[in-house]
Amino acid sequence: MLRTFRLGGIHPPENKLSAGKTVAILAPPPQVIIPLGQHIGAPAQAVVAKGDQVKAGTLLAKAAGFISAPIHSSVSGKITKIDQAVDASGYARPAIYIDVTGDEWEETIDRSETIRRECTLSSQEIVAKITAAGIVGLGGATFPTHVKLTPPPGSKAGILIINGVECEPYLTSDHALMLQRGEETLTGVSILMKAIGVDRAIIGIENNKPDAISHLRTLARTFAGIEIMPLKVQYPQGGEKQLIDAVLRRQVRSGALPISAGAVVQNVGTAYAVYEAVQKNKPLFERIVTITGRGVANPSNFLVRIGTPIRYLIEAAGGLSGQTGKIIGGGPMMGKALVSADIPVAKGSSGILVLPREEAARKPSLPCIRCAKCVAVCPMGLNPTLLMTATEFVQWEMAEKNYIVDCIECGSCSFTCPSHRPLLDYIRLGKGKVMNIIRTRKS
Amino acid sequence: MENKLIISPSPHIHSGDNIGRNMYGVLAALIPAFAVSLYYFGLGALIVTAVSVASCVVVEYLIQKYLMKQTPAITDGSAILTGVLLAFNLPSNLPVWIVVIGAIAAIGIGKMPFGGLGNNIFNPALVGRVFLLISFPAQMTTWPLPGRFPMDYVDAATGATLLSKLNEGVSQWPSFVDLLLGNMGGSLGEVSAAALLLGFAYLLARKIISWHIPVAVVGTVAAFTGIMHLADPLSYAGPLIHLMSGGLLLGAIFMATDYVTSPMSRSGMLVYGAGIGLLTSVIRLFGAYPEGVSFAILIMNALTPLINTYFKPKHFGGK
Repeated sequence: MLRTFRLGGIHPPENKLSAGKTVAILAPPPQVIIPLGQHIGAPAQAVVAKGDQVKAGTLLAKAAGFISAPIHSSVSGKITKIDQAVDASGYARPAIYIDVTGDEWEETIDRSETIRRECTLSSQEIVAKITAAGIVGLGGATFPTHVKLTPPPGSKAGILIINGVECEPYLTSDHALMLQRGEETLTGVSILMKAIGVDRAIIGIENNKPDAISHLRTLARTFAGIEIMPLKVQYPQGGEKQLIDAVLRRQVRSGALPISAGAVVQNVGTAYAVYEAVQKNKPLFERIVTITGRGVANPSNFLVRIGTPIRYLIEAAGGLSGQTGKIIGGGPMMGKALVSADIPVAKGSSGILVLPREEAARKPSLPCIRCAKCVAVCPMGLNPTLLMTATEFVQWEMAEKNYIVDCIECGSCSFTCPSHRPLLDYIRLGKGKVMNIIRTRKS
Repeated sequence: MENKLIISPSPHIHSGDNIGRNMYGVLAALIPAFAVSLYYFGLGALIVTAVSVASCVVVEYLIQKYLMKQTPAITDGSAILTGVLLAFNLPSNLPVWIVVIGAIAAIGIGKMPFGGLGNNIFNPALVGRVFLLISFPAQMTTWPLPGRFPMDYVDAATGATLLSKLNEGVSQWPSFVDLLLGNMGGSLGEVSAAALLLGFAYLLARKIISWHIPVAVVGTVAAFTGIMHLADPLSYAGPLIHLMSGGLLLGAIFMATDYVTSPMSRSGMLVYGAGIGLLTSVIRLFGAYPEGVSFAILIMNALTPLINTYFKPKHFGGK
């Protein structure tokens, strides 16, 4: 019996249209737009000015505090302006515009194809390099990686869990990475193990990627302490708490950090970025992005420079097909509907999903029939319909008592509801409200 | 074209499940039981079911359209389901006008005054049935004897049910096969254990209901009547007789599991099911009525909000 998390979960159609497609390198576009806020935490502060010449890898903006990350140029060229640009959130936020000329990289970056496995750096040196390279969680959460590698005083990780689950339907970027950059990724995992001082790592991969499982298993024999664990396909297994439960059979308590269960979780994409940063001196300025959905002609995986407007990805994937309904940054369960195709790829862009109009429209919401299917699928053991009602009727105390802040916004409830009720829309609203109330109470 | 992009929060896909799929799914699960009742009760079963369904749908349509001023939602199948379940709880020789009164009580008292689908406290079909049981006790407790596609209706030959005989002393037990197939008197949809269990398997396979409530009901009744039977085999029938006779399986599988009126958490479902099992056993063994499933479910319906308050879903990372 394959393991999976023990509470709730759904199995939406996998739709991995771009699975098995070799990652193609997408050339830099004529202009990139690099947002300064590409991570959770304070946006980075620009250290360049209009008119400056930059190369790929040049520091553009420095971290603004501990929970923040620096941003590097992904191209060579000239900074034309530092201005607002609409990003995946739908809001206009500060961004750096660069007109591209040629493709020069900083000399410090090792551009050779040779794989360097030995790493003699100390834990502190590794974390310092990761911090300087601007690495954030590449699974989509974009939490600065160095923060997770610096456990709060008094806590110590016993194991590193690597998330190779890719539980979102459609997305295949991590799958492609594991197949094509397996050795580098495992080297990155070893470096992460050294950084947090553990001698054991488990890579959890869902069983719908048997080629990645067997490939990494073969490679893992040449690395100390790395195990591959196939997992039963179940959404949202890529959620940090769900993955820890699936792999270790331990449930992180409400409000606690994963480290309290003795685990640090990192994404496979992050492990690969760590390899490049530590072994190749390469800051995080490009990533693998899946461009997929029945709204594009030719679903593919691309290696893309950060800041590339997504219209270039759509073009490279053969253009839009049919009537476009939605362009989603991320997967269909947790991704954000984008307002235009001019939004740039950011560090957390694991995929772009284009849904044709007939797949994109919501159905009208009907009365709750109290079937409790939302309760059965909630991976956090909440009562979504109760939380929605509490929000509708402004019952914040009731919402808080029923753990609304524990919602991970996976969308399993809304996905399942036979009455098409917008459960997560309301819960998200209520969660924000209750978190504010808790913050004010504390201060 | 791009300025017409649809913007909405995640999730962006849906399972495709809808109310109709669940309601018609339950109806499909009732087909075997209906086929059995057509075989044993013939024309009467057909008339009672047809009248009940038609009355429920018409009453709901009229109330929703003219009293509540809403768009009638009769195509969602919930009124049809109430009609079928009400019919399945009636004797097959019940006159048409009584069936119509039952349907009016079910929809007009049990469902719509609370706000319609999703808001009712009590199972509408059982409200209808109990209304009739109290109003027309004689007609509601004379049961046609099973035949082979009998063509008589209100003039059908009648006899007592097994459960009512239990209170008076049983001279001859029906065979296990008769209990399984439903070759005995009773409400038109309740007689065949095999047909109802087939429906149960279908509901589980299509994930329309979970096993918790039916298993809790049946398990509790089996335990309670089993203990009583062991203590005094001459006065109390064995658990198998209780499980396979009367409305127990119909109630446990199709009525107690009504979405609207049953608890939402797994633990709550087990408590609710056990409560129904316990009340059913107590009424059957010690009460004035030979049958107690309807009352037991209605009483537990009333306790559902309380159960929901005290039996929450198992919280991730909780104790």
